[in-house]
Amino acid sequence: MQIGLLCALIPLLPLLGFVINGVGFRRVPTGLVGGIATLAVLASFLIVVSLFMSFPAEGGPQIVPLFDWISVGDLHIPFSFQIDQLSLLMLLVVTGVGTLIHLYSIGYMHHDEGFGKFMAFLNLFIFFMLLLVMGANYVIMFIGWEGVGLCSYLLIGFWNKNVSYNNAARKAFVMNRIGDLGFLLGIFTIINTFGTVEYVDVFKQATSLPMGDTTVLVIALLLFVGAMGKSAQVPLYTWLPDAMAGPTPVSALIHAATMVTAGIYMVVRSNVLYTLAPQALEVVGIIAIITALLAASIGLLQNDIKKVLAYSTVSQLGYMFLGLSATAYTAGMFHVITHAFFKALLFLGAGSVIHAMSNEQDIRKMGGLRKALPVTFITFAIGTWAISGLPPFAGFFSKDEILAHVFEHSKVLWALGVLGSGLTSFYMFRLLFLTFFGEFRGTAEQKHHLHESPATMTIPLIILAILSAVGGALNLPGGGWLSHFLEPIFEGSRQVNPEAFAESTIEHSTEYVLMAVSAGVALLALIAAYVMYISRKAVPASDEADRSMPEQVIYNKYYVDELYEAAIVRPIRSMGDTFYSFGEFAVDGLVNGVAWLVKQSSAQLRRLQSGSIGFYVFAMVLSIVLIFALRFFIRF
Amino acid sequence: MLTLALILFPALTACLLLLTNSGTTRQLAFGAALIETALAIYAFSTFTPNATSQFGFDYPWIPSLGIRLSAGIDGISLLLTLLTGILVPLIVLSTFNRAYERPGTFYALMLFMQSALMGVFTARDGFLFYFFFEAALIPIYFLAAMWGGANRIPVTFKFFIYTIFGSLFMLLALVYLYYQTPATTGSAHSSAIVDFYKLKLSASAQGWVFWAFFIAFAIKMPVFPFHTWQPDTYVESPTPATMLLAGIMLKMGIYGLIRFILPVTPIGIETWGQTAIILSVIGIVYGSIIAIRQRDMKRLIAYSSFSHVGLMAAGVFSQTETGLQGALIQMLAHGVNVVGLFFVADVIYSRTDTRQLDQLGGITRTTPKLTVYFMIIMLGSVALPLTNGFIGEFLLLHGVYSYNHYLGLAAGFTIIFGAVYLLRMFQKAMFGPTTARTESFADLTLSESWVFVPLVVLVFWMGVYPQTFMKMTEPAVANLMKYIGTTAISMK
Repeated sequence: MQIGLLCALIPLLPLLGFVINGVGFRRVPTGLVGGIATLAVLASFLIVVSLFMSFPAEGGPQIVPLFDWISVGDLHIPFSFQIDQLSLLMLLVVTGVGTLIHLYSIGYMHHDEGFGKFMAFLNLFIFFMLLLVMGANYVIMFIGWEGVGLCSYLLIGFWNKNVSYNNAARKAFVMNRIGDLGFLLGIFTIINTFGTVEYVDVFKQATSLPMGDTTVLVIALLLFVGAMGKSAQVPLYTWLPDAMAGPTPVSALIHAATMVTAGIYMVVRSNVLYTLAPQALEVVGIIAIITALLAASIGLLQNDIKKVLAYSTVSQLGYMFLGLSATAYTAGMFHVITHAFFKALLFLGAGSVIHAMSNEQDIRKMGGLRKALPVTFITFAIGTWAISGLPPFAGFFSKDEILAHVFEHSKVLWALGVLGSGLTSFYMFRLLFLTFFGEFRGTAEQKHHLHESPATMTIPLIILAILSAVGGALNLPGGGWLSHFLEPIFEGSRQVNPEAFAESTIEHSTEYVLMAVSAGVALLALIAAYVMYISRKAVPASDEADRSMPEQVIYNKYYVDELYEAAIVRPIRSMGDTFYSFGEFAVDGLVNGVAWLVKQSSAQLRRLQSGSIGFYVFAMVLSIVLIFALRFFIRF
Repeated sequence: MLTLALILFPALTACLLLLTNSGTTRQLAFGAALIETALAIYAFSTFTPNATSQFGFDYPWIPSLGIRLSAGIDGISLLLTLLTGILVPLIVLSTFNRAYERPGTFYALMLFMQSALMGVFTARDGFLFYFFFEAALIPIYFLAAMWGGANRIPVTFKFFIYTIFGSLFMLLALVYLYYQTPATTGSAHSSAIVDFYKLKLSASAQGWVFWAFFIAFAIKMPVFPFHTWQPDTYVESPTPATMLLAGIMLKMGIYGLIRFILPVTPIGIETWGQTAIILSVIGIVYGSIIAIRQRDMKRLIAYSSFSHVGLMAAGVFSQTETGLQGALIQMLAHGVNVVGLFFVADVIYSRTDTRQLDQLGGITRTTPKLTVYFMIIMLGSVALPLTNGFIGEFLLLHGVYSYNHYLGLAAGFTIIFGAVYLLRMFQKAMFGPTTARTESFADLTLSESWVFVPLVVLVFWMGVYPQTFMKMTEPAVANLMKYIGTTAISMK
């Protein structure tokens, strides 16, 4: 079949699914809803696989123009797709993991009265996510970018009777919009610099620019502001933990596996621009490590199973950016993929636990679940092992590759990265132990209801667990498949800065030492968690318990939300009130003042109309004299 | 000739409607408005996309003075005649669930208004433009003053005086321009707008003319700080009148900027454009911050409209092709969205007797249709890509950003604040727990749905395939850019 049509079908099938389930909400039989939605994504996945199989190795990008979207003067923004190694990889992840999560949602959500709506929104999300990764220019990426933000909003606030869920949804949308403004201004600067937004043309022109070009720096930084919003980096990260208000499959699909990695995709897509702007990469690196450590430290003390995973996601996204900041673009993408596997797995596992626990999310009330939920337990344990960076599972390889590149770049960042990796291992095993080991701490009723989830939920868990276990094979140390596959994407970067892509100068022995150090730290953290939560059977204190000062600060997430509330939200609100009461009064007062003046002067003028003929004649003569005088002095 | 039909047909049917006063009046008005829509769509679909004025007519009016009855449609008029043609029947239809007293007069005034608007957007003679510009004020004044809310008399009076005051400056400018035109055969001067374009005015004269026009149009739109008549008028007017005001009438101001200020006073803009653009951007931010705190739905939409209009004005003053094209497409998009939003407020008010957000909530529970339409219109207003609002805002913001990066950034706050106040409005009205007033909220009736359907179709059409509209205006915009371009060069 024609490649253009095939490409168009990839996003159109989920869109079709959305339309069927959306328009037919409450009319399509519940039994069909899940099937339609899942099949739509599965079909896209199969098309992507066929494209992937037939894509020539080291082939250049294939552009599929659909139609002329926006055209003004010399500016042409076509609606077009680009198929290359990078988009294929993202397409595989989005549709592949997407299919699994759709399948899982059938089990998880089919009792909900809004089931049809839910599946429709998931399909819509896939549609926009596909536009995001398939677009051949920045504006198409922006469509997807904002579209996934909309779906995120709709799905976080899915249970819209709850006011705090709605607030979380709104917060996510608005915070993303702050980032989007940066993205938009970045696009404008690209337009004004290159006269086009098409990736191929922009990057081609960019390769002829000198390193450290100021305009490119500005573009790179503005685009990164967008990435901060979507990928939840400091300071725009606080929406992501709140986004856990959405149903758990949403957290797995949108807020872990796909949407939040869009920022990494954007930077990798624009790698030429970032390679040209080393200062921008410095900024990325600093933001990344701050985010990674801040979020990991908050994760240490969280007691909500989804919140722990949410902070862990924020932290892992920081790692991906950390890799990018060391121009280790492949390593960043590698971690995007492995993270999609194990984080989706962990969230779905958490969903399975929440399902079994009758919607309980507090790990202090769980414990000992491994007997009742064996499949969930084993898969969750594999996910935990993988994310903690312990060999031989996927996270070990991808995180290690990032840290190795960072080591070359900056020893300080590397040390901090290893520290963060230890924190990750600790809070993840804390989560695992508190949930699945020890004694059950919930109510008797909950205990009675405990059950393993149905097959639609466990099959995705098993598949993702396998992928999390063996995913590391995608890019084994010393030039794996992924590095080779993605090579053409970084051709431009290599051209502008060959040094950044030179063969690693690190000895193999050093590399093994580095690996051992990070794995060792993770293992130590595991042991620490084991001692605390299994040997000593510690259970985190209740919310009201007394905490030491630093503990209190971390438990309250460093009071960042409160800070934003006090420093930004409230001032804007009171500004609104002031403008409305005082500002409008003052402006209106000015207008009324002018009106009053006119009225007063007309009252004076009226006196001239006295009715006395003598006065009129006098005024007339005076005027004529004046006119002549004026005429004499000023010639007009 | 088509233009003549577009202008005269509503006025003629309005005269007939004055004679009726029965229950069928609104059906007649709706039918007439639909015929007008057909004419407008016919004009749109047969328009040849080039820079010429088409479907025109030209008769002597005051031959000795060179003033003519001349009107026609060019690329810039086209979208506005289409907007007027499409919106009026929807506004008429939106009244079907309400009984307005003296329907004959009510609907006749709406159609008179449509005639005047068509006249404004197509006039090719300066004085004819002025005539329609003022004529449009009369029906809307009576609509607001006779069918408005409790506080309508002082509010509409202020609106009337304020806009008349502004138009006086425009009249002065027009008279001045008229006297500058060279003699033609048969008369001493000409009031054709194209002849105004040919004038080579001195820099100081351009400054005066710029301000005279600016004040008139700035009040109409309105631009900060000439806006204080607007929120009160929007709130107090009956909703169909508000829709006419916000959906169509305020575009007279932006249209005026494009039609007169840009080509006639390019040096005036060179000198004063920055002041104007700064005022516009202040309006964007100021209006949206106020909108965040509003409790009354109508007032909230009024401030949001004020903020959005600021962006259109700023785009025009950026003197860029994207800014101009953005303003044109956004006029159409804003008309669609703001009418939709006001209609939502009206639907909610008609069922709950309140527009106060804190008395609403949970409406979505019983209203799948309203929820979906409201959501789509709202997304159009927050400029989500693939909806109509995005195309306009993208181009406008690009124009302003190209003019000045910092102003672009400031104007860009509209996408953040817009999301804040519109999502807040949506959430407070539709989500959360129900209140006593919203408990038994009935979903849309058939006629109400049919108001939304065309609007929603336009939201997507303009967002997904805007070229349908933009390729019509492109030659006219390119032509306009020539006037700006020549002076920009001659200035240097």
